[in-house]
Amino acid sequence: MSPEQAAQEDILGTAARWRDEGREVALATVIATWGSSPRPVGSQLVADGEGRFEGSVSGGCIEGAVIEESRKVMASGAPSVLQFGVSDEQAWEVGLACGGTVRVLVERVE
Amino acid sequence: MQRAILDRLNGDRAAERAVALVTALDGGGQALVYAQGESAGDALPEAVADAARAALRADRSGQVEEGEGTWFVHVHNPRARMVIVGAVHITQALAGMAESAGYAVVVCDPRRAFADAARFPAIEVSTEWPDDALNRLGADHRTAVVTLTHDPKIDDPALEVAVRAPVFYIGALGSRRTHGKRLERLREKGFSDDELARIHAPIGLAIGARSPAEIAVSIMAEVTQVRRTPPAPGGSDSP
Repeated sequence: MSPEQAAQEDILGTAARWRDEGREVALATVIATWGSSPRPVGSQLVADGEGRFEGSVSGGCIEGAVIEESRKVMASGAPSVLQFGVSDEQAWEVGLACGGTVRVLVERVE
Repeated sequence: MQRAILDRLNGDRAAERAVALVTALDGGGQALVYAQGESAGDALPEAVADAARAALRADRSGQVEEGEGTWFVHVHNPRARMVIVGAVHITQALAGMAESAGYAVVVCDPRRAFADAARFPAIEVSTEWPDDALNRLGADHRTAVVTLTHDPKIDDPALEVAVRAPVFYIGALGSRRTHGKRLERLREKGFSDDELARIHAPIGLAIGARSPAEIAVSIMAEVTQVRRTPPAPGGSDSP
């Protein structure tokens, strides 16, 4: 594995490093999927208090909403579980173009 | 996530130690569960710890429901391994592809002229005999064995170990005729038809591959298919 790949895959290492730098950090993890979904169960994203992030929990469709939720979780400390499906009924709702459904756990790194 | 859990998990990952992170979805309590039975962190119902160990064996993360609660089991297994016997031209293409696909690759060839580390940058190369290498590495259910030398003196010892080990994939390069002779030799040594049927030969998916890199693609595709296609009912879990 190349160093670049290792860095992309090492979300948990990034989480620890960012905490060491004094940043607020939240981890988002895909915990269930139904239908076609771009990233499998176990895929992770790490976000900091400034909205910077590494990794992915979808093909880019729901990352914005997950990072938004991460801010709340960083503030409250209480983990939360989000679910995203197809966004056909309400155009402004965040959803997955691929038609799948994913459930994402967001937790603060203490 | 408590920092102590994160640090311990990162330590386990660095040491290539299989571990499952178990998170209670309705309270956030967390524990690490290891294959051999021990665990660390918050207390877990025994049934959930058992489910986590089963998930480690199956190499599959997912939700577990027990009583009133739901847990998420996140499997962190070390990388699967690919042992490539024969440091040949195809191997130069295949080794890098397999590393990109997440395998820990070991190239094994007792012929020192072939097993030159300079021909395989950043890949582990061994001049052990392949049966010794497989026995040293532990040919387990997360290992793929690929033989590419065309030389029975080198390929056969690897196959003899592999067909009696729980490896998830065995593939051997060679035409149907070469493979027919190979099967004859191994039958004479007492290997059963069931054991020999585990060898994929001619190796790789039939995509008309010609160049070494194309053959490597066909091999990588077959290994992926065997690993990722759901097993038939009654079959074993995927690695």
